Amino acid sequence: MKTITNKKNILYSKKELGQIQLLLPVILVVTVFSLAPLLRGIYLGFTDYRLGDPISFNGIENYKQLFSDEYFWNSFKIGMVWTFVVTAIQVSLGLGLALLLNSKVRFTSFYTILILIPWATPPIIRGILWRQMYEPNTGAVNILLTNLGLISAPINWLSSFEFVIPAVIVAGVWGEISKAAIFLLAGLQTIPNDLYEASKIDGAGLWDQFRHITIPVLKPVLAAIISLTFMWNFNTFGIIWVLTQGGPGGLTRLPMLAAYEEGFKYGYIGYAAAIGNVMVIILSLMLFMYIRVQLRERTES
Amino acid sequence: MKNSISFSKIAIHGLIILFIIFLLFPLLWVVASSLKSTQEIYSGAPTILPQHISFDHYLSVINGQQIFRSMWNSIVVGVVSTIIVILIAVPSAYAMVRYKSKVNNAILGWILVSQIFPVILVMIPLYVLLRYIGLTDSLTGLTLIYVVWSLPFVLWIMHGYVKSIPIELEEAAVLDGASRSQVIFKVLMPLLLPAIGASALFAFISAWNEFFFALVLMKSPTLATLQVELARYTGMEGQARTGPLAAASVIATIPSILLFIFMRKWLTKGLISGALKG
Repeated sequence: MKTITNKKNILYSKKELGQIQLLLPVILVVTVFSLAPLLRGIYLGFTDYRLGDPISFNGIENYKQLFSDEYFWNSFKIGMVWTFVVTAIQVSLGLGLALLLNSKVRFTSFYTILILIPWATPPIIRGILWRQMYEPNTGAVNILLTNLGLISAPINWLSSFEFVIPAVIVAGVWGEISKAAIFLLAGLQTIPNDLYEASKIDGAGLWDQFRHITIPVLKPVLAAIISLTFMWNFNTFGIIWVLTQGGPGGLTRLPMLAAYEEGFKYGYIGYAAAIGNVMVIILSLMLFMYIRVQLRERTES
Repeated sequence: MKNSISFSKIAIHGLIILFIIFLLFPLLWVVASSLKSTQEIYSGAPTILPQHISFDHYLSVINGQQIFRSMWNSIVVGVVSTIIVILIAVPSAYAMVRYKSKVNNAILGWILVSQIFPVILVMIPLYVLLRYIGLTDSLTGLTLIYVVWSLPFVLWIMHGYVKSIPIELEEAAVLDGASRSQVIFKVLMPLLLPAIGASALFAFISAWNEFFFALVLMKSPTLATLQVELARYTGMEGQARTGPLAAASVIATIPSILLFIFMRKWLTKGLISGALKG
């Protein structure tokens, strides 16, 4: 009771103190459990730390080793393919779906609820669903393709060197389309209808409207979605863990899986942190370039 | 002219329904598997719909204690971390909007910058820290991580919401003789409830769905969360357990889907009421 009356007085008389009091929990959590650990994590990337051993600084030794580490390069390459392909398909299909839902037809709110479902499905369950879809003998994919006469023998999708990458990409895109669609739909709904009405009077077709109204107005939202999904996809872990555990032969070992194995399976904490540092640098560079292109386009137009 | 319009409407419905078939089919397939008997799943020529509906797999999941215990762990960690996040975020968001200071920009900036760090770089030092204070392999440690994990986004949402509430409302209440706590609980709280509800659901679902932190942190089988338990099922016992795994997946997905649908309604409600009052 006493603390409450105290707080009240401070809020009334000394505003600054009141603010610090209210903000203290956030400042505490952020510095102790977010800022300090991250700085520590970056530092650990320059040490040879293994769990239980003393920490010793080893400069850029980890990065020299990473540079000649074939496992790392392979996982980095597949990480890039995965991130670009999944983001591109996800955003374009999401935009298509959002445009369809934004057209003035009936039942769209009912449709939206159904479309929400894959997004609501936890990543681990997404992996389980698609594992069961891809089961060679009992899975729906092989049954459908056999019934359609497209394949004669069952394909073992998730252990085939040929098919595993497209197979995991389909599963990855499946779970993420809804997210992009719902966010973009919210963006589309902010475009005033008058703009379309006016352009119709000027004789603009659907394609003209899409190019000259929808895309320019939607651009900030679109740019935000693309950057966010890019980062999320680069960090994918759970669904791949369940689908393939990075196999066959490391073909689907995304950077996060590589870092997890180094750090928590083999205990090379320092080396795993170094992989994390490289991931931050790559992501920052990509986002920086992307934002620069965006800004240049904006100043040109 | 009229014909072409109705034709384009049918095309739009058709395309949306194609999308929905693609988006719902895997889930329906697994729901169907969960209702098939084990013999039917391995019959060699399985059909899409079950020929005989059997609830055996659901019974085996409910009778097997592991899934239930892991679900309970997930609920406890999710609820406790959600309450803590809301208790921290709401007063902070209020303070950040109403009192201008450099700390605000520092916090908001950090929320944005921290998004770029991959979870591995977050997890490694936190793991070392939790090991040091003896909180690895403990639900308390996992709860703490989830608070840290969902706080930025919740703070961001709440900040935006508080900002949309005109300060005139509070000033008017103060002129009418309301005390500070009355302003907070009678004026602000009712307006913020939709945002608090949406943020709470968001925080709970992120904890319920989270896998990586739980995988790294929880080593004892009795402390596994639902996601970790389900992932373990796919590993060793794999194929032989298609039916029970399907049933467990359906059970694990239902709360999440319900909360999402609910959250969507709540969000639109909040937006609409905001628009009407603004």
